[in-house]
Amino acid sequence: MHGTERFTATVHEWLLSIFTAGTTHFVEMVLIGLAYLGFFAIAGLALVYLERRIAAFFQVRLGPNRVGPQGMFQTLADALKLVAKEPIGTKKADSFLYSLAPYFLIISSLMAISVIPMGAGFSGFDIDVGVFFLIAVSSIGVLGILIAGWGSYNKYALIGALRSGAQMISYELSVGLSLLTMILLVGSLRFSDIVQSQSDYWLIFKGHIPALIAFIIFIISGTAESNRTPFDLVEAESELGAGFHSEYSGIQFAFFFLSEFINMFIISAVAATVFWGGWMPLHLGGFSGFNQTMDYIPGPIWFLGKTGVIIFLMMWFRWTFPRLRIDQLMKLEWKYLLPLNLINILIMAFVVWMGWHL
Amino acid sequence: MTERIIFYILAFIMIVLSLMSVTTTKIVRAAIYLLGVLMGTAGLFFLFNLNFLGAIQLTVYAGGIMVLIVIAILLTHNVGFGLPMPDRRHMLLGWFAAAVGITVAFLEFTRHIFVIGTENLDDRVAKIGADMLHYGEGGFVLPFEVISILLLTGIIAAIVIAKGGIPHKRPTPPSSKQS
Repeated sequence: MHGTERFTATVHEWLLSIFTAGTTHFVEMVLIGLAYLGFFAIAGLALVYLERRIAAFFQVRLGPNRVGPQGMFQTLADALKLVAKEPIGTKKADSFLYSLAPYFLIISSLMAISVIPMGAGFSGFDIDVGVFFLIAVSSIGVLGILIAGWGSYNKYALIGALRSGAQMISYELSVGLSLLTMILLVGSLRFSDIVQSQSDYWLIFKGHIPALIAFIIFIISGTAESNRTPFDLVEAESELGAGFHSEYSGIQFAFFFLSEFINMFIISAVAATVFWGGWMPLHLGGFSGFNQTMDYIPGPIWFLGKTGVIIFLMMWFRWTFPRLRIDQLMKLEWKYLLPLNLINILIMAFVVWMGWHL
Repeated sequence: MTERIIFYILAFIMIVLSLMSVTTTKIVRAAIYLLGVLMGTAGLFFLFNLNFLGAIQLTVYAGGIMVLIVIAILLTHNVGFGLPMPDRRHMLLGWFAAAVGITVAFLEFTRHIFVIGTENLDDRVAKIGADMLHYGEGGFVLPFEVISILLLTGIIAAIVIAKGGIPHKRPTPPSSKQS
């Protein structure tokens, strides 16, 4: 039994000793919801801070370093400032849709994060169709951006929103297909099964060449899916102001900002779970001594560590590559990534059929 | 008990939103209310533990069709202004059609005897996938393939329409120079 499983079992027992079974169920739901919200806020703040420090590192400057040790409380101060600000909008805008839009993004990110296991037994909603559910839920986020762009009554916002519609619908295909390649290897859409199947080797080692191709495609299309540079045509501050959220201020802007970083976290977490084994420690087939040593590091730390490496990779992209034009963006997806992906699925199916995987 | 409360909340939201969707005069809002109804349906599926159907509902309707509808609306002109209220004749006809629909549905619901299902539905994706490609008794391989061919035809037709057919030979412009 893993430490995280013991933890959830202990909490469950403790709650049962206080409440009846029905109330315990309810209290657990509330607690899990609060835990996710708390994680959401803390991860958002931490990621913004990390982004700024890493940006500074790449540009050979210091970055935020005054508020708290190493400037750690800088983003907390920024968040307080954003909460205290008055949300203002444009006069002729549809105020209902304008204020509704941020919640679409936040809710879709929250629902998507709930299926990812952060440790043994540490996932909010471990369902049979996990990967499919994740893709389904994250496709709602596009609507939030479209509504935000339209509801702002601003031409730059609308252009940004329409660009994002085209971009996110296109790249969703690649995300789904590259995940499908790995699912061929596992044979289950459930996230806990996917992690469990990597207890001897991680999937990226198991599937060798096609898995590596799928991983690269997933990282590219995942970066595009979370609207980050080099695919940030949606915001494109040098062309469109700030794109779809140029009219937002205060807490509503904070929601957009937060959901962008959380989406990056989700993409990295999915990449870490499907390709790098999630919370599963680094295990190598027969070396039981090595495996046992690795088991001493708890699952959540492995999960956060792997996710952190991929987040660093995505931040590295941001400060390395220039932005693509919209036609280059579409060409990359439809003429290169999608055919490559389809061929890759066939290769993976062949590898699995012949039993060439580890 | 909790499930019953959640069911009534979802049903109430869906009824209110579908009414709002047909009564609003702003077309983008109508689309968003419709989205709410479709997501409520997905919520019902999740409530009944039909996770696969719920995810399908989210992908196909919320993620696919609604995004398509919203983009199509955004590309049309004059979306910002509410449409005028329909005249009295159309309004009466609309109310009449709605009343007929409600009566028929109500009569049908009261006549039908609902049986509470006892057997557990096998909702595993692997089972559904195997059934889709099963060509023996109770398999769905023929409809599955027919639908795939239909989709393929649709995609090819879309490409043909987008390309605009065979490009016509451009007529040579009459030379303006008089030499």
